[in-house]
Amino acid sequence: MASAQTYTPIATITASGSTTSVTFSSIPQTYTDLVIAGAFYETSSSNTSLQFNGDTGSNYSSTTILGNGSSASSARVSNFPCIFWDRQGNATGYGTGVAHIMNYTNTTTYKTALLRYGYAGTWVEADVGSWHNTSAITSITVGVVSGSGNLASGSTYTLYGILAA
Amino acid sequence: MSLIPGVIASGISGHLGGNYTSIATQTVGSGGASSVTFSSIPNTYTHLQIRAIAIVGSSAINPLLTFNGDSGSNYSWHQMYGSGSSAGASASASYTGIGGPYTGHTQFGPQVWDILDYTNTNKNKTVRVLGGSDENGSGYVGLNSGLWINTAAITSINISSVSLNFNQYTTFALYGVK
Repeated sequence: MASAQTYTPIATITASGSTTSVTFSSIPQTYTDLVIAGAFYETSSSNTSLQFNGDTGSNYSSTTILGNGSSASSARVSNFPCIFWDRQGNATGYGTGVAHIMNYTNTTTYKTALLRYGYAGTWVEADVGSWHNTSAITSITVGVVSGSGNLASGSTYTLYGILAA
Repeated sequence: MSLIPGVIASGISGHLGGNYTSIATQTVGSGGASSVTFSSIPNTYTHLQIRAIAIVGSSAINPLLTFNGDSGSNYSWHQMYGSGSSAGASASASYTGIGGPYTGHTQFGPQVWDILDYTNTNKNKTVRVLGGSDENGSGYVGLNSGLWINTAAITSINISSVSLNFNQYTTFALYGVK
């Protein structure tokens, strides 16, 4: 089998405080999948989410499973303006998350994402999301869902590219 | 939803190093396929990862992973899943493979499989997988774990769609992690 080294860091963003979103733009089209590793929270009871290519329309959906230490639950949003990454909302302290954005340059299929996030001692969640669009992804916005808070200062998001053989 | 422009980053390039290597990719052609196989897997890594987008014909299925051609009842697996309205869990023991989370049947479903310590001959082999499919009103998200009751080094992996076919453009990409 042929092999090639991959998993390349593309960019890192650290939120400075009074911002509701950060954006990875001009994403290279030379990989197969993208991964964002994040250590983040919000400044009030909001949620962190993803949008692609500046699309703020109701063109996303996502399904979530969530466990809080005593019970598990599931929820879904359809025809929604974003994919949830932190559906529960965390205004307490840094949680950790990973978002996988699959086959992001493929123009045949809707784009899909797998996401995980948790805050130690409180809850953990996993999400699968879809952007109902076949366009290649050229930018990703990480932002809060409601207007009631900001991305907490010091929250970091690192984007990686993975190239399949 | 309110999003305003924030920090913008772009164009930074670099490389993580030689710790994550693409080994092979299988993409299903126009006729569909009941399974895909990675064979002659190099034994030079510590872990393997399979990254997939998968879709099957008429209903969601749990794709089934088997190793080294072993189709016996030598596997077990657990799953935890959310349907959008409720959460559930189940287990399968003495099974003929390790089940993954449901694939999509109207939209492609993403899956990330981790196969740990696959060359170690002192351990039974273990797997974890995160996956699902969101089909804008239906779908599942799940986290599964699996066990192959065998200490042999893994040299081949088969991923089966069980009773249905994987549709065209279903893709499985195999990576080695040091």
